[in-house]
Amino acid sequence: MPIVVEDLSYVYMSGGPYETQALHNVSLTIEDGEFVGLIGHTGSGKSTLVQHLNGLLSPTSGRVLVDGLDVADKATDRRAIRRKVGLVFQYPENQLFEETVEKDVAFGPRNLGLSDEEIDRRVRDALRRVALSYDELHARSVFELSGGQMRRVAIAGVLAMEPRVLVLDEPCAGLDPRGREEILSLIRALHAEAGTTIVMVSHSMDDVASLAERVIVMNQGRVAMDGSPREVFSQGEALRAIGLDVPQAVELADRLRERGLAVPQGLYRPEEIAAFVRGLAGKGDADA
Amino acid sequence: MADQENRIVATDLCYAYPEAAANAVDGVRMRVKRGEFLAILGHNGSGKSTLAKLLNALYVPTRGSVLVCGLDTRDDELVFDIRQHAGMVFQNPDNQIVATVVEEDVAFGLENNGVPPAQIRERIDEALRAVNMTDFAKKAPHMLSGGQKQRVAIAGIIAMRPDVLILDESTAMLDPSGRREVMQTVHRLNEEEGISVVLITHYMSEAATADYVLVMDEGKIALTGTPREVFSQVERVRALGLDVPPMTDLAHTLRAQGVPIAPDVLTVDEMVEEICRLSLKT
Repeated sequence: MPIVVEDLSYVYMSGGPYETQALHNVSLTIEDGEFVGLIGHTGSGKSTLVQHLNGLLSPTSGRVLVDGLDVADKATDRRAIRRKVGLVFQYPENQLFEETVEKDVAFGPRNLGLSDEEIDRRVRDALRRVALSYDELHARSVFELSGGQMRRVAIAGVLAMEPRVLVLDEPCAGLDPRGREEILSLIRALHAEAGTTIVMVSHSMDDVASLAERVIVMNQGRVAMDGSPREVFSQGEALRAIGLDVPQAVELADRLRERGLAVPQGLYRPEEIAAFVRGLAGKGDADA
Repeated sequence: MADQENRIVATDLCYAYPEAAANAVDGVRMRVKRGEFLAILGHNGSGKSTLAKLLNALYVPTRGSVLVCGLDTRDDELVFDIRQHAGMVFQNPDNQIVATVVEEDVAFGLENNGVPPAQIRERIDEALRAVNMTDFAKKAPHMLSGGQKQRVAIAGIIAMRPDVLILDESTAMLDPSGRREVMQTVHRLNEEEGISVVLITHYMSEAATADYVLVMDEGKIALTGTPREVFSQVERVRALGLDVPPMTDLAHTLRAQGVPIAPDVLTVDEMVEEICRLSLKT
């Protein structure tokens, strides 16, 4: 069930004094089971793009196909699209509103008109996937939870719809290091175990480098780069030119090359740099 | 008589929220000197934000005391003086701007404190210059980026000519370029104006640029020292629910594999030097 974006353009506040074209002729395909990291500075169009993927925004021109269905077509059942493509917004915990954790996670499935047994199964399953204990938390008010727990409840609410594609807009924003690691490992597990297609918008190059299999870079409403992390992060100059950072491992490799060391091209993970330095120190790779 | 060197002195500082069983801040003893840059780290719920709010009299200690430039925060009459000495910038850029024009927002605190109009003009210009926002003086705040809004919030505080600037996760909601803008501004104010800084943050790379780091855990100070001293204790820092800067992590990995790299590497620059030194030896 690929997502096909064809020549997509989008204009905010069309005709007004603040008219802004957020997307210019974007075309790309996201295949089943991919893990895509979507990066770009604020205003690059990445949030606008992801809001098209489940029909929250409708294209000014061009189209978005999910499973061959045109998301903006009046004949398309938008609810069916949203069951396939789940969108986790920035700071999703701000949208929690039910009295209990259980009711909040059940909200989506209940609107689908599922049986009580099926709703119960989905709530338990979704909470398990975000590593929260159903027994401990289901009757608690969401507002008694920690920030990291609230965010996981919000993600569970989207997972309870059992989407094939999960789109997350800055899922770790504002969390402490432990909360960030919890969210990243649950996303990693969803992809590895359930085979869910992941599109993750992130400002953290190090997070994208450690998780994504494909990196799409947005700049000024256009796709600036699209490739494997190795291909994209080897273009340090180009990334810096559009105001983005590179993972620290890439920066280190670039700087060592400037100093005349023969660092292989395309290294972007800390463990790859570590292996290179071990070789340099005559420690070989025997224990790696 | 105000203490000339110590901007903040906390002694046996405790704070319990109403009806809470345990102290959120529990027996903290700390000092921030003139011109010093202190970073406070800790996982969520460790007490670091509560500590920040005790430092400018938003909260009053339930035991112990805080002196801000010699003024005791327990004295109700001194609250406004204290907040002029120690200004605070919060997390959400959208929650702390009150006016519809940037320069009016910067003027807000000055007007409330009865600063004469002639001086207000001068102080606004000076404060906007200090945060590099002069060109935006007449703009509407909602048209600014997050980083620009935080710099306006900082200008509003700088206009009061404080001795201490407290930032409570003020970069948490910003993108990398916004974060860079705010951190550069704060460092410049610290270095050029001698303003003491207390930075509460989740970003280890930001803490690595401070003079001192203080790690909170369960309301107490768990670790303190220079960034180099604190982050080189990789296992201990991790056990406290924090990261170490990526280059410190890499140094730790390499050392575990028998490569003789210094344990207290913080930045890419330092790692480059370490590796080049290593390559010359072999």
